[in-house]
Amino acid sequence: MAFFWTVVALVVALAVVWRLLGAYMVSVYEGRCAWLGIFERRIYRLMGVNADSEQTWQRYGVSLTAFSGVVLLIGYGLLRLQGSLPLDPQHLGAVGPAVSFNTIVSFVTNTNWQAYSGETTMSYLSQMGTLALQNFLSAAVGMAVAVALIRGFSRKGSKTIGNFWVDLVRGTLYILAPIAVIAAIVFVAQGAVETLAGPATVSDAINHVTQVIPRGPVASQEAIKQLGTNGGGFFNANGADPFENPTGLTNFLSILLILSIPVALTYTFGKMVGSVRQGVAVLAAMTIIFGAWLAIATVAEHQPNPAVAAAGLTAQPAGNMEGKEVRFGDTTSALYGVASTQTSTGSADSTYDSYTPMGGFAMLSGMMLGEVSPGGVGSGLYTILLFAIVTVFIGGLMIGRTPEYLGKKIQAREVKLASLGVLVMPLTVLVLAGIAVAVPAGRAGPLNAGPHGFTEILYAFTSAANNNGSAFGGIAANTRFYEITTAVAMLLGRFGVIIPVLALAGSLAVKEYVAESVGTFRTDKAIFVGLLLGVVFIVGALTFFPAVSLGPIVEQLSHGKFF
Amino acid sequence: MEADSRQTVPEVESDSKGRAHQSSPPKGVGAGRSLFDKRIMADAAVEGLKKFDPRVQVKNPVMFVVVVGTVVTLAESVAHPSVFSWSITVWLALTVYFANFAEAVAEGRGKAQADTLRRLRVETEARRLRPDGAEERVSAAELSRGDKVVCEAGDYVPSDGEIIEGVASVDESAITGESAPVIRESGGDRSAVTGGTRVLSDRIVVEITAERGKTFLDRMINLVEGAERQKTPNEVALTILLAALTIVFLPVVVVLKPFATFAGASVSVVVLVALLVCLIPTTIGALLSAIGIAGMDRLVQRNVLAMSGRAVEAAGDVATLLLDKTGTITLGNRMASTFIPVAGHSEEELAGAAQLASLADETPEGRSIVVLAKQRFNLRERELGSRRVFVPFSAQTRMSGLDIDGRQIRKGAAEALKRWVLEQGGSAPDDLDGVVEKVAKGGSTPLVVADGSEILGVIELKDVVKEGIKERFDQMRAIGIRTVMITGDNPLTAAAIAQEAGVDDFLAEATPEAKMNLIKAEQEGGKLVAMTGDGTNDAPALAQADVGVAMNTGTTAAKEAGNMVDLDSNPTKLIEIVEIGKQLLMTRGALTTFSIANDVAKYFAIIPALFVVSYPQLKTLNIMRLHSPQTAILSAVIFNALVIVALIPLALRGVRFRPAGATSILRRNVLVYGVGGVVAPFIFIKLIDLAVTATGVFH
Repeated sequence: MAFFWTVVALVVALAVVWRLLGAYMVSVYEGRCAWLGIFERRIYRLMGVNADSEQTWQRYGVSLTAFSGVVLLIGYGLLRLQGSLPLDPQHLGAVGPAVSFNTIVSFVTNTNWQAYSGETTMSYLSQMGTLALQNFLSAAVGMAVAVALIRGFSRKGSKTIGNFWVDLVRGTLYILAPIAVIAAIVFVAQGAVETLAGPATVSDAINHVTQVIPRGPVASQEAIKQLGTNGGGFFNANGADPFENPTGLTNFLSILLILSIPVALTYTFGKMVGSVRQGVAVLAAMTIIFGAWLAIATVAEHQPNPAVAAAGLTAQPAGNMEGKEVRFGDTTSALYGVASTQTSTGSADSTYDSYTPMGGFAMLSGMMLGEVSPGGVGSGLYTILLFAIVTVFIGGLMIGRTPEYLGKKIQAREVKLASLGVLVMPLTVLVLAGIAVAVPAGRAGPLNAGPHGFTEILYAFTSAANNNGSAFGGIAANTRFYEITTAVAMLLGRFGVIIPVLALAGSLAVKEYVAESVGTFRTDKAIFVGLLLGVVFIVGALTFFPAVSLGPIVEQLSHGKFF
Repeated sequence: MEADSRQTVPEVESDSKGRAHQSSPPKGVGAGRSLFDKRIMADAAVEGLKKFDPRVQVKNPVMFVVVVGTVVTLAESVAHPSVFSWSITVWLALTVYFANFAEAVAEGRGKAQADTLRRLRVETEARRLRPDGAEERVSAAELSRGDKVVCEAGDYVPSDGEIIEGVASVDESAITGESAPVIRESGGDRSAVTGGTRVLSDRIVVEITAERGKTFLDRMINLVEGAERQKTPNEVALTILLAALTIVFLPVVVVLKPFATFAGASVSVVVLVALLVCLIPTTIGALLSAIGIAGMDRLVQRNVLAMSGRAVEAAGDVATLLLDKTGTITLGNRMASTFIPVAGHSEEELAGAAQLASLADETPEGRSIVVLAKQRFNLRERELGSRRVFVPFSAQTRMSGLDIDGRQIRKGAAEALKRWVLEQGGSAPDDLDGVVEKVAKGGSTPLVVADGSEILGVIELKDVVKEGIKERFDQMRAIGIRTVMITGDNPLTAAAIAQEAGVDDFLAEATPEAKMNLIKAEQEGGKLVAMTGDGTNDAPALAQADVGVAMNTGTTAAKEAGNMVDLDSNPTKLIEIVEIGKQLLMTRGALTTFSIANDVAKYFAIIPALFVVSYPQLKTLNIMRLHSPQTAILSAVIFNALVIVALIPLALRGVRFRPAGATSILRRNVLVYGVGGVVAPFIFIKLIDLAVTATGVFH
């Protein structure tokens, strides 16, 4: 019952966020919001940006790639030089080259896959100056790309799609920063740690044990980690650590923050293309997937653990509590997991490796659908719009018209770019997972054999290529093989989609509107939502069915057998 | 005029003489064999083998993968022979063959039509006029643009041209299929003649307007044969999507090899190729070009020649139809319907005068007045004495009539007649204006009749709206197409007819410029415009419109400006063209959906079969309860091949078109081809599996 009311509260809160934050983001990206103008203008002056000049999609793409490349190099340098830099109270020293590369790629691509343990690897400077900063910037980049694509639809006969630097600055300054500040205060108030005083040493006189408890600027990072759908925890235990996620309220707030921007962007989208209903249709598709997967996960995790049952133990709790925090419980942990895996966040308050096969399947397959429900900040919207383009193409043909979406004709170029953007992720996952199971270095990774080991490998690449970053667990991610291959997956999954999306934005912006009539395929109707869901499911199922059937499905059909 | 006013509108229309018309059997180029003529099938069976040529196959990425896959399984079958691998190889080869066959069948009818047309392009001798006026006999093939030739009764017109001298009746049946001869004359909009037609009477001098090898007949041959067929924009886009769906399945299948090894299973190459072929969209890939060719062919059957596939697709997107009132919306001619006497005169008195005034009037309107008078009052055409003088219509006087026995009877426009009676010392009766206005408001044309200084009354000339046209426009509206009537009438008359015919809008007192501006305004608003036209002054508008259908009776300029030519010269056909354009896209969309939806069942057949040895648990996924891994895989491959054959008729005929809104069309097609596409293969793969198992060859 508590779970039911949690969901109700979440839906109500999200409805308010959808409307208010959605409208606020419209005013931010249309340049009407100026309450932080003093800072904004200073930043432009500092960066030498002319805020009034617009960019073609090529210029936008070059700016975005160059920016990402530069912050990647700087971040890599900072991690490597960590030992010589201040704010390293634990004297952790330099971060290794492969793990530095993997980590900075991970944070620049908004993935936050962590091949390291935060408390024993990263200094406060690295945590705040490199990782948390990237949490802001990579989120702002994702939102900028989504807004650029929206402009592609809303403009006509335009060569330009906005200015990357302006979108980046405004997204960070007006949207991410203020909300993160407020959320951080709530986290601190609830008991999350926020200090630069270094680790605490606790002596237990009775047992003669002295413990070093790592601390740090946790709460501030926690807020943006969830808001920007980043997910990289300060501590290795991520959202299960009471210093990061101290109470039920912060747990709820985490889920709300994760979903806020991706959900609200559908309002922004609808408003900017001139019909909120269009945004509602997209949101409906997102919600249906989310709801269905939440149902799978909660039902699966609310079962007694089949492995425990198979072992002959009859006295066990109602739900599968292995790997879960007792203070959150089975269903709320599953809700957190679904929110996190379907938004490219990847933070976790429980361990998916210990989920039932179908519970694990829900986490894995939620990402395999392309992270569109509602997906990462910006990336969720632009990815589902790629699916929408494929949908209107097939739907448009079926009603006998040249397909169009939001008044723009969908022709060869758009189909090409949308197909590319949709298929990069599955191709990356399958090829890299294929390599991983074929080479000894890859096979050495998983801690389990058989289908469960296979799932561990498949999950790692699915998480990386979707820029999710969540860990299934049970895999030695800190080996050279996985550090390099997951970094490749993260880069392809990020820029392999962003570039086609920007090209698409450019191609759409140039087009003129096609007038709407009763002969037009309406994209704000239930049938469009149904068809869009069909395309998302079919693309996901066709590409991943064989792989999934060798992993969680075999496991599920094995009824609690260990591998 | 008479010869050109034939109307061959199928089903609902009637022609200018009010005869109900047959539901146009194919004629002219459209006169082809039936869809599944035995000879075409036999030719296609052979042609399908020829198409195994890799140069042909490489053009179709989906089928090319199947070809490569077949070669791979063939090599495997030779290296490690087994009944299973040979069966797979044969069925993969059959898959390619069925695709080739489908395309060959679609091309077959065009080829047969081209052969008929080629026979027309006989080596005619032309009588070329030398500059000095003497005639010389040259081969038609030697004619070049600007040459002048003479054609007399019995001669074939050697090439396309304009009549610069004379008038003749011409038999155009070879091209249009219409046996009634048409009148062609120099000057005006009826001066074009087409090579291959035959002059039946009189003598004409024709100036050749076509370059060698580029005559209308040459273009038609190329067109029906598909020699110039280029992929249409939507076809290109769809090919890209299909290629993407093919490319993505390559790694899906290839990585199954290491995945299987990891799972402790071994998967043979033959099985992987079988899975790949089943997953890539072979159904639509195999039928895509057949659909396009058949779509063009459906137009040809309706005697419409589209100059490009792009135009056919554009027709499906049309949002506004511009239709000429005369001949399209109304029957060609206005007919007298009532006599309305004024100033106390009797109806019979008016009818008598009107008949007299019209006796010499050979226009259809004039004839209809004589006929109406005869019907209403049994007034016979009278023998007229010699003291009669006919006064013909002129643009200045705007009236016509007859001077007989001292009476001056006139009929004409109200203003003209009022002026006339004033000049004669009479005056217009008080009730005249009211009657005239009432008639005009009703969409009819008022003709005022006067006997000397006395105005007798008004003849109502009614524009007769074609039967069934209103329903046609309702259908158009249902699919989101706005109809605009174009007329030279005044706004009052135009509004009344527009209302009666049920068009959405009208353009009255239309000039070529007004027409052009209307098209541009519609296009500015993002709408695609279709129109028909025949005159030289229609040419710019025809060129500007997205779909410009020129009447075959029209001028060369009009035919060159438009992107379609209607050999029947029936403007109503625009509506059918739109339907064919839509049907073409719908068929592609429906079969793509069907093809992709099929994959679900194929997975359920093949995946458990692949891995059931290492993971016996996966037999749960074998929901069709197929006999064994071998029969399961083979059944999926056989289904995949046979479904192509089963869908050839649908590809060639097109999916059923119903005039309805987008949402309801979509709902139906998703249900039939999407849901049907998921369900159907489960049933048929199971049946094929039963048959394959029954052979006892496979364990």
